[in-house]
Amino acid sequence: MKSPKIQMSVVGPVLALVVLLVLGASLNPSFLAWDNVTNVLARSAFIGIIAVGMTFVITAGGLDLSVGSMAAFIAGLMILVMNSALPSLGVGIPIVLLGMAVALAAGLVAGCLNGILISRLGIEAFIVTLGSMGIYRSLVTWLADGGTLSLDFGLRTFYQPVYYGGLFGVSWPIIVFALVVIVGEIAMRSTAFGRHCAAIGSNDQVAKYSSVKVARVRLTTYVVLGLLVGVATILYVPRLGSASPATGLLWELEAIAAVIIGGTMLRGGFGRVWGTVIGVLILSLIGNILNLTDLVSPYLNGAIQGAIIVLAVILQRDTRQGQ
Amino acid sequence: MKHFAAALAVSAALAVPAFAQDGETKVIGVSIPAATHGWAGGMNYFAQATVERLEKVYPNLDFVLTTASDPAKQVNDIEDMVAARHVNALVVLPFESEPLTGPVQNAKASGAWITVVDRGLSVEGIEDLYVAGDNPGFGRESGEYVASALPEGGKIVVLRGIPTTIDNERVEGFQKAIEGKNIEILGMEHGNWNRDDSFAVMQDFLSKYPQIDAVWASDDDMAVGVLAAIEAAGRKDIRFVLGGAGMKEMVKRVMDKDTMIPADVTYPPAMIATAIELTAVGLVSSAPVSGKFIIGSVLITPENAEGYYFPDSPF
Repeated sequence: MKSPKIQMSVVGPVLALVVLLVLGASLNPSFLAWDNVTNVLARSAFIGIIAVGMTFVITAGGLDLSVGSMAAFIAGLMILVMNSALPSLGVGIPIVLLGMAVALAAGLVAGCLNGILISRLGIEAFIVTLGSMGIYRSLVTWLADGGTLSLDFGLRTFYQPVYYGGLFGVSWPIIVFALVVIVGEIAMRSTAFGRHCAAIGSNDQVAKYSSVKVARVRLTTYVVLGLLVGVATILYVPRLGSASPATGLLWELEAIAAVIIGGTMLRGGFGRVWGTVIGVLILSLIGNILNLTDLVSPYLNGAIQGAIIVLAVILQRDTRQGQ
Repeated sequence: MKHFAAALAVSAALAVPAFAQDGETKVIGVSIPAATHGWAGGMNYFAQATVERLEKVYPNLDFVLTTASDPAKQVNDIEDMVAARHVNALVVLPFESEPLTGPVQNAKASGAWITVVDRGLSVEGIEDLYVAGDNPGFGRESGEYVASALPEGGKIVVLRGIPTTIDNERVEGFQKAIEGKNIEILGMEHGNWNRDDSFAVMQDFLSKYPQIDAVWASDDDMAVGVLAAIEAAGRKDIRFVLGGAGMKEMVKRVMDKDTMIPADVTYPPAMIATAIELTAVGLVSSAPVSGKFIIGSVLITPENAEGYYFPDSPF
């Protein structure tokens, strides 16, 4: 029963993206300028990198609400460690590498904790990650004493090129985002891991009887997501050199929204990494276009964003009903 | 919270002899929003520091300090203070006016002295003492500075905070102050008093407008995001960025005569200290403290910056 309508699930999000691009370009000529394009892509990179990890978690039937708070906590931890190592290491590559190692290790541990509670102890993912969301948010508030943690000024200047610099005019966040997407797409489509995720998401009992190591695969999805949160933080910290209780607020919802706009099913069983990229771009383009034009009152930004999210999902409804 | 627990222990130790001496210990309840952003963090710091100081000064005063992360929790906090601690006075910085009016009214009915800070309640006449910053004055002071720094006129962009009455009053005050001064506001967007949001908004302003003379960031956290965006874009046309509130890093830059941050306008989080101190004076002495206490917004310039620099505060 493969009718041409099936393609709507593929075309839907792409169509929404194209419409946004045409709209943006027609409203403001500077929309397609190189500077604006790189700004939007670099801005999307944090949520995008996290959303790729989220795609695997959701495909395997899970959910992670803690990623925004986790990013804030890791950013705070990284800044504290780098500041305190400054007297002994001095400004240089070793201290930046130390900061990066701390971020990755913290992401790994945080992802492991979520994953073990969910996959080994069998607690609902929603509850576990709602709990860890609150814990990390409080921890960063506590670390910052309610204020803002700032990276030492000299250190920040040295570390800054990790966000602002790049290769051939393409900044590092965009390059890293692209690499994560390519690896994620291959893992989802062509590896046993990707297929196991989908199998567990559609029916974990059947997957278990088909000798898929359900608990281990689930744990892996959370660990990978934790690691990617660490990667996103490594790129986030050099931008403003600070972390506060307001860092990463609502990132989890943006990441989940991007995954769903991209055609991954919220109940699991089917995931699409490239779709997630489209979802992330749609979300950040809406904000960008609203800033570049005076079309509507800024009070309505949220409403426009909400309407476009729902529209993008309606566009791909046909296949959903078939499944 | 550790400081607070320590403060409680100290107060408990001090309260017992005081009780023995004059037979009556008075309790002051302080209910404030949790430290969810920079300004609130500073306010929490000053609240704790003031409570610690006053417990040493007045052995017969006992303090209960609670921080709430949402209006519902703050309502519970206040109800608990009235029911379980029988507070003689309540100092409250309401999260939102509407949901907190009822509970504060009940506290008033129980006989407690009410001090309201920064945000008014929706029914007038509940509070005995009202301590607040001057939002229209904050906007006016900022507008006058921008107008005086651009005597020949110019094009500016404005970053607004979270859509609230506070933000509206500030922007109206600003617009009135620059009226007829040949200053054109190219665009206004909400940066939500947040560094990341203001960074994105400023990047987009820079893409949209080839010539910007100055930025009214209206808040020091937003100024941080704005400065990073300008620096990254390498734009030289922007002459200065005016923040607001009095964050220590920004006051330091004013002090160091940074040309991008030539001034700042205060909206001091320490106003909570004013409120607690006045309430304590009212309870322990016969000095009258009822009425309104409006803390003016002051322009910080390199000449007076030292007096507004608090290196120990988190904000």
